[in-house]
Amino acid sequence: MTQTLTRYERYEADFHALDTAGRPQWLQDLRQTAWTRFLDLGFPTARRGNEKWKYTNAAPIARMEFGHDGRSRPNGLSAETTDAAIPRHDAWSQLVFVDGVFAEALSSRPESTDEVRVSSLEEAVLSNSETVESHLARHTPFEDDGFAALNTAFLRDGAFVHVAAGADVETPIHLVFLSTGNAAPTVSYPRALIVAENGSRATVIESYAGLNGGRYFSNSVSEMVIGEGAEVEHYRLQEESEAAFHVGSARVVLGEGGAYSSGAFSRGAALGRYDLSVLLDGPGSACRLSGLYVTSGTQHLDNNINIEHAKPYTTSRLNYKGILDGRSRAVFGGTVLVRKEAQKTDASQSDKNLVLSPYAEVDSKPALFIYADDVKCGHGATAGNIDEETVFYMRSRGMDVDTASRLLIHGFASETVDTVREPNLRAYLESQFLDTLPGRRLEF
Amino acid sequence: MVEQQVISRETGIEDTQYRWGFELDIKSDVSPRGLNEDIVRLISAKKREPEWMLEWRLKAYRHWLKLDSQGPQWANVEFQPIDYQDMIYYAAPSSQSDGPKSLDEVDPEILEGFNKLGIPLEEQKKLTGVAVDAVLDSVSVATTYQEMLKKAGVIFCSMSEAVQNHPDLVRKYIGSVVPYSDNFYATLNSAVFSDGSFCYVPPGVRCPIELMTYFRINELDTGQFERTLIIADEGSYVSYLEGCTAPMRKSHQLHAAVVELVALDGAEIKYSTLQNWYPGDKDGRGGVYNFVTKRGKAQGRGSKISWTQVETGSAITWKYPSVILQGDDSVGEFYSVALVNNRQQADTGTKMVHIGKNTRSTIIAKGISAGRGNNTYRGQVKMMPTAGGARNFTQCDSLLIGDECGAHTIPYIEVRNPTAQLEHEATTSKVSDDQLFYLQQRGLSLEESNYMIINGFCRGIFKELPFEFAAEASQLMRVSLEGTVG
Repeated sequence: MTQTLTRYERYEADFHALDTAGRPQWLQDLRQTAWTRFLDLGFPTARRGNEKWKYTNAAPIARMEFGHDGRSRPNGLSAETTDAAIPRHDAWSQLVFVDGVFAEALSSRPESTDEVRVSSLEEAVLSNSETVESHLARHTPFEDDGFAALNTAFLRDGAFVHVAAGADVETPIHLVFLSTGNAAPTVSYPRALIVAENGSRATVIESYAGLNGGRYFSNSVSEMVIGEGAEVEHYRLQEESEAAFHVGSARVVLGEGGAYSSGAFSRGAALGRYDLSVLLDGPGSACRLSGLYVTSGTQHLDNNINIEHAKPYTTSRLNYKGILDGRSRAVFGGTVLVRKEAQKTDASQSDKNLVLSPYAEVDSKPALFIYADDVKCGHGATAGNIDEETVFYMRSRGMDVDTASRLLIHGFASETVDTVREPNLRAYLESQFLDTLPGRRLEF
Repeated sequence: MVEQQVISRETGIEDTQYRWGFELDIKSDVSPRGLNEDIVRLISAKKREPEWMLEWRLKAYRHWLKLDSQGPQWANVEFQPIDYQDMIYYAAPSSQSDGPKSLDEVDPEILEGFNKLGIPLEEQKKLTGVAVDAVLDSVSVATTYQEMLKKAGVIFCSMSEAVQNHPDLVRKYIGSVVPYSDNFYATLNSAVFSDGSFCYVPPGVRCPIELMTYFRINELDTGQFERTLIIADEGSYVSYLEGCTAPMRKSHQLHAAVVELVALDGAEIKYSTLQNWYPGDKDGRGGVYNFVTKRGKAQGRGSKISWTQVETGSAITWKYPSVILQGDDSVGEFYSVALVNNRQQADTGTKMVHIGKNTRSTIIAKGISAGRGNNTYRGQVKMMPTAGGARNFTQCDSLLIGDECGAHTIPYIEVRNPTAQLEHEATTSKVSDDQLFYLQQRGLSLEESNYMIINGFCRGIFKELPFEFAAEASQLMRVSLEGTVG
C-alpha cells in the first residue's frame, strides 16, 4: 500500500478541488463517506486470497497518475466525431457525457413527460428529486469495493432515467460515456441511475468509448432499480480505446416479478473490468444475462458477474462467451448465491471460451454458493479451440479452411448477438462485432 | 445394518453415531507443549535422523515463522484461530520407543485397539490381501506382510524406518512434490512430521497386495503430522489405501498431513482414502481439523495417478489432492464423495496442472450436505502453454438434505493453450420428490428410499474404491446421515 500512497495524493487534491457549491448536504455527506472508505480500501491488490481480483492486477491503474477536471466542457466535439465511436440511431433518445460531464449539444433527449424523465444527474440533484435522493448510491455498496467508493467520492454528474409506474417506454434510451483521452492521462467517473417503477418497461443502452486513443481511466457505476413487475432491457457496449483502463460496475435490484435482461459486449480497453451484480430481491423475479468479450493484442478483460437469489421462485440465466486472440487474457468470474429463503430457485450459469492463439489465456471461475435445498442450480464452463473435425467436415464439402473457421467463430459469437432484441443495436453489433472477429490460422 | 454402540470412555461425550470414538488406554511418551526449534530438534533426535533431515526440518520451521500465523484465509470455512503453542507435537506409545522388530513385539493393547477398529494387525486374522502400516498418534506401530512385499521387491515401511534404511530414496524425493514452502500447513508438517508411510515399488513390479496405512489419533491435545511418500518406478503399479479415526474429544485436534506421490514412466498409483476422523458433536464441539496437502506428480511419460476419497469425518476438511501432469500422455483422476452433517465444514476438491502434451484428467466430485453442514468443492484445472492436446472433464454434483445446510462449487479454470479442451459441469439439487415417491410406492420406507438414492448418487465414486473399502464407505455414509433423512 505504501508505494501507492503518493498516487492517492493526486486523487485527494482533486477530491477537495471538486466544486460542490449548491449541492444538498446528503450528497456531500455521501461523497465524504465514500472518500474516507476509499482511503481505507485503496485499489484492490491481486494478493493471495483476494478472490474477486485473483486474475486481474489493478496495479497499472493504481500506479498511474490521472488528472481530473470536474468542470471540463466538451469543446470542438461535433456529433460527427462522436458518432464514429458509438452506435447511433435517430429513433433513440441519447444522452452524451464527455469525461463524465453532460454534453447537452451532443444529446437528443426527449421532453420529460409524466411517463419518463431522462436528464443529467446534476440537474436532478439540483432540482431536489426525491427519487434520486432515495436511490442514488443506496444500491451500490462501496464498503468493500475501492473503485465504487472512488466513483462515489467523485459523484457529480451522470445520467438519470426515471420511468413512471406502468409506463411502457418503447424508445431505447442511449447513455453514451465518452472519454477524450488526450496527451495527459485523465480519469472520469461516469455514473447512471435508472429507476423503473412498478409495472413499467424500458430499454437502456450504455456505450463507453474513447475519442483520441490516448490513455485514460474510466471508472463507472450504474445503478438500476426495477420495481414490481417492471421489465428492463439493458445493453452495455465497452468500446474504450486501446490504451484505456476501464473499471465499470452495474448494480441491479429487482422487486417482485421484475425482469431484467442484459447484454454486455466488451472488446475495448487495455485493461477492462466489468462488475455486474444482480439482486433478485422479489419473489418470482428473473434475470437473463448474456455477454460477449473479444480480446486481442495484449488486452486484459475481466467480467465479474454476481447474482444473488434472495427470494423464492427467482430465476437466473447467465450465458457469457469469449473469443481470445493474440497475447490477450480474458477472465470470467461469476457467483450465483442462493439465500436460505430463496427456495425454488432456478439458476444456470455458463461461460464458454474460444482460445484462438497459443499465447492467449483464459481464466474462468463460475462459482455457486447455495444455502437453500429445494433448488435447481447448475453451471458449466468450457474452453478450447474450434473443433477440427467440424472444420474437416466443412472442407470435405468444398469450403476452404479460412472460410470454415471464420464461419464457426462467427456462429459462436452470433448466438450472443442474436439475444439482442433492439433491431438497430443488433444491426450495429452484427456489422461492428461479428464482421471484425479474429480468424484463425489453422495448421493442417 | 450397522450395529450402534457407544464407547465413549472418559471422553464424556454422548454420541451414538461415531462408533470409533473410544480411547485406547496406552501409555504415551509425549513432548512438551508448544513449538520451537528445540521441539523440532527433539523430534528429529527421537527418530535418530541424519543431519540433512534435521536441516530440512529447520528450514521449514524457519520459513513457517515468516508466514501469517493464522494460516490461509481463502477457504470457505470458519473456525477459531489455532493456538500452535498449546499443542503437543510428538506423541508415541512409550512401549514403541525402539520400534517393533516384528508383530510379536507390538504392545498387545495396541493390537487389541486396532482389532476394535476393524484393522487386525495379526496376519492370521488378516484383512484379506491388504498390507497395513498402522500409525498411532505420531508413530508407526506395525507394518504387516513384510515377507511377501520383500519378495516382490516392494519397500513398504514407516517413514522413520525409511529415513534410516533408504536415505537416498527419501532424500531424493521428499519435498519434490510438496516443497517445504508450499503452504502454511505443509510447512508446519515439514518441520514437525513425526511419521507416516513410505513406499517404493521397483520398475516393472505390480505390487501383489493392496497397501494400507491406518491413522489413529489417540492422545489428547496432540496434533498429528504424518508424511507419506510413495514412489512408483517405471512401469510399476500400486494401490494404496488410507483410513483414519480418532477418539471423541471436546477440544479440536489438528491433523496436518502431507502426502507425496511420484509416478515415473508408465507407472500407476491408485490412492484411496476413507476419511472418518471424529466430526465433532451435533453442536460442533470437538472434532478434527483435517488440513491436509496431497499431491502427486505424474512425472513420467504415460504415467497415471488416481485419487479416490470418501470424506465423511472431521469437523473441518481442507484438502485438495492434486496431480501435476508433467509427463506426456499422463493421466490424472480425482473421484470424491464429501459428506457434511451437523456443523461440519468441508472445503475440498482438487488441482490438475497439465504440463505435458496430450495429458488427460477427469474430476468427478459428489458433495452431500445435511444438517447445518457446509460443503464446498474447490477445484483448479490449469492448462499450461506446453500442454498441447490436453483434455479435462469435470463434473461436480451436490445434494442438499434439509434447508439449513449449504453446497458451494468454485471451479478455477485457467487455459493457456488453444489446443487444450476443457469442460466443467456442476449441478445442485435436493433428493427428487418424484424418485422418493416412486420408491415409497414400491414399498420402501422414506428413510430407505433416501439411502438408496444417496447411495446411487455416490455409486460412480464407490466403484472406484477397492472392494474392501467400497462396502465400508457405503455403510459409513449411512451412519453419518443417521437421523437426517426420513
